[in-house]
Amino acid sequence: MAGSIKRSGKFDIERAFRGGTAALALSVLVLGAIIVYELFSSSGPAFDRFGFGFITSRDWDPVSELYGALPFIWGTFYTSILALVIALPLSLGIAVFLTELAPVWLRGPIGFMVELLAAIPSLVYGLWGLFVLAPIMQEHIQPFLAQYDYLPFFKGYPLGLGIMTASVIVAIMILPTISSISREVMYTVPETQREGGLALGMTRWEVVSKVVIPYSRSGILGGVILGFGRALGETMAVTMVIGNTPQITMSLFDPGYTIASVLANEFAEATEKVHLSVLVELGLILFVISILMNSAAKLLLWRMNRYGSGSGS
Amino acid sequence: MNGGGLGYGRRKLTGHVMMAGSLVAACIAVALLFWIIGYVFIKGIHGINLDFFTELPTPVGVEGGGLANAIVGSIIVVGMAALMAVPVGVAAAVYLSEYGRGLFASSVRFVADVLAGVPAIVAGIVAYALVVSRMGRFSAFSGSVALAILMLPIIIRSSEEIFKTVPNTLREASLALGIPRWRTVIKVVLRTASGGLVTGIMLAVARVGGEAAPLLFTAFSNSFWSLRPDQPMATLPVQLFNYAISPYDDWHEKAWAAALVLIFMVLMLNIAAKMYAHRRPGR
Amino acid sequence: MKKVLLLALTVLALTAGAAQAGITLNGAGATFPYPLYSKWFYNYEKQTGTRVNYQSIGSGGGISQVKAGTVDFGASDAPLKAKELREANLFQFPMVAGAVAVVYNLPGVGSGLKLKSQTVADIYLGKIKKWNDPAIVKDNPGVNLSAMPIIVAHRSDGSGTTNIFTWYLEDVSSQWKLEVGSGKAVKWPVGIGGKGNEGVAGVVRQTKGAIGYVELAYATENKITYATLGNRDGGFVAPSTEGCIAAAASAKVPDDYYARFTYAPGKDSYPISGFTYLLVPRNLEPSNMKAFAGLVGWAFEKGDKDAKALHYVPIPDKLKDRIKADLKKLAK
Repeated sequence: MAGSIKRSGKFDIERAFRGGTAALALSVLVLGAIIVYELFSSSGPAFDRFGFGFITSRDWDPVSELYGALPFIWGTFYTSILALVIALPLSLGIAVFLTELAPVWLRGPIGFMVELLAAIPSLVYGLWGLFVLAPIMQEHIQPFLAQYDYLPFFKGYPLGLGIMTASVIVAIMILPTISSISREVMYTVPETQREGGLALGMTRWEVVSKVVIPYSRSGILGGVILGFGRALGETMAVTMVIGNTPQITMSLFDPGYTIASVLANEFAEATEKVHLSVLVELGLILFVISILMNSAAKLLLWRMNRYGSGSGS
Repeated sequence: MNGGGLGYGRRKLTGHVMMAGSLVAACIAVALLFWIIGYVFIKGIHGINLDFFTELPTPVGVEGGGLANAIVGSIIVVGMAALMAVPVGVAAAVYLSEYGRGLFASSVRFVADVLAGVPAIVAGIVAYALVVSRMGRFSAFSGSVALAILMLPIIIRSSEEIFKTVPNTLREASLALGIPRWRTVIKVVLRTASGGLVTGIMLAVARVGGEAAPLLFTAFSNSFWSLRPDQPMATLPVQLFNYAISPYDDWHEKAWAAALVLIFMVLMLNIAAKMYAHRRPGR
Repeated sequence: MKKVLLLALTVLALTAGAAQAGITLNGAGATFPYPLYSKWFYNYEKQTGTRVNYQSIGSGGGISQVKAGTVDFGASDAPLKAKELREANLFQFPMVAGAVAVVYNLPGVGSGLKLKSQTVADIYLGKIKKWNDPAIVKDNPGVNLSAMPIIVAHRSDGSGTTNIFTWYLEDVSSQWKLEVGSGKAVKWPVGIGGKGNEGVAGVVRQTKGAIGYVELAYATENKITYATLGNRDGGFVAPSTEGCIAAAASAKVPDDYYARFTYAPGKDSYPISGFTYLLVPRNLEPSNMKAFAGLVGWAFEKGDKDAKALHYVPIPDKLKDRIKADLKKLAK
């Protein structure tokens, strides 16, 4: 009774609170709109000149002002997906270790150390990749993989610098993002769920793979999306090690190029209007790729949920 | 139970192998951390001395000199960015997790995810257009805007995930006591989630604290002392970048020292956050 | 961290008072001359109290920022054409010159491998693929060259270094001029791109058989083996400030100071040399213009020693006098 009076008294605060948070959430949309507007307006000259052919063209010749985005789009996709392929199992492993296996006193320090990987500046990753990782790749890992050169992934001359090294570096950089979010959501799986699984005679691994991971998959996917976003936009470290050659290749040994890298390489020194505008348009394309990948992830989650609930446990 | 046909021994073996795999994954991550930080440490430790923290930068070949202005500048620029991004990000996350249903909420989520993929340099371009070209000069504030753009999506998405982990039973208990929803959010949800929130903010700070690309065209840099937010300001990552790309050993050493200090600062911040999270009740 | 902050604030309080008096000039642009400019401007502040804050954001950035008026002067590794200068109402002039070294990694071969300029062009065109190609062997009797493949490395970031290097290749090879051309970023026929000097040096150091190009200072300071290049008059010249001075002396510099002297005549000329420029709005505020003219005059008079120590090349005295006279007119 007293509660209802109180509630009506607080009604305005309630609405204000909700409205206020909604307004701040709206600011994210506004920010997105501003960025798109900026990119659109500055890429006008490039779009007028090349139209949609820009996306499918493979040329990149600043001297004769011929520009095509395809090799950069390819490189961005390829390195980011590879990085995810490397980082996802590792991140899940770390999260499983921290929530299921590690003694409690060890969880804090290990989790902390993994998160510290995010604290290392991009340029430092780049220099480490260039001077430490690339030589190891060139002398040990790539010659080993070159035995399997009937696969399209391992053809060509092992240079060290290239798509493979770039993907590995990016994978390390997105590890903390994916693993820390996965860990947080795995923590929230109720203990009763785990006990239930164990009581059914499942092994610990089966509890993880059939109970914990399915239970927390939406959170894991959130981490994956964030990590993937970072992989797409990663600039300095990739630029230092990818070899910066605009070509479309399957081989992990070959040098490649990403959108973020070409921005980092050419933006500061570009003087011609069209050149600058083309670079901004690439930024816009990166935005669109990001949208596509996010939609794909959402779709995947939606299907997973549908089929997951259909088959039962 | 499609696994029922397999022998228990084999299932057990798979289990052991997979769990051992998770241990290996954790070891790999920790080893990489030590490897990279060790590398930075060996290259940078010679450049660390008192001058490094108290003196202004000196040119090649001049003894001494440090990055005092850049260290302070980084703290100011990142701090101002956090002041902008954290309240907005956390509030937006509150909306998404506590009220957010429907098209508006999902579009905010979606845009936040997409923004997480914006390369740092693009954030710099936007901040340049929004602030620098209007003010007619480079400024520390415009650098903060660029970094805030990068921080915002990280904070929103990580905060929302954390809020979602607050058990609904807690909310329901609070509401059942007649406490209005907004107080429940502040007193129960935010408090319970504070440890995770701080972790997310930390990750965001760590992520942008080392960025040089968005600051080049915004905060610019300064060879001298300046604490005014409307003037160019030196920052560690930009100095690190300038030194790293120079031809001289003298400056390379300073670049590595700057990297070491940058990592150390984030480490300290992490530890502070951990201590904060431990002091708080909650998980 | 609090301690650091406190300490820093104290230092600030001490220095702020002393340095408040003078004028402050902001400049931005090319990365190549950044080490030298920072040295000059540091000394200049000590001697005169005028603060010059120069930041290396890239030549393109320097040009666009001086046009936008966010800085007092810009710096670029490549000169602007007369038309663009007129449109933007800018005055440009060379500040200092520099050389680019061709570096390589051949086990057992030290610095001084002789490469004709045509050979360098053919390597970068992908026509010469092996180190024991007759074109290389012929000029290097007694040097043990194997059939190792040549791995070509180039700068991936737009850079003045690339601009000078591709000017040179254009001068040397008509095929290069026709198929590739010159600029800060070009479409490379072969090779892999490294970001910055350290990116190229990283490839060259770690890859046996690699060849690349870096600034002279980078090659000498970091002890990478570099080639002796054939010049227009048939001499072989190692990269050095002297070789660059010889080349700059032959340069014909027009009124807008747009000068290109790669592959210059003269027996001692090093073939890959060029100027780096400063740009200033003709209508800069009078007080700032005066300060700027003073700065340039000071650097021309007292800066040569610093320049040489850092492997930059002072411009000829006659040129300095012309520029000083022009600036005097601008500052009235």
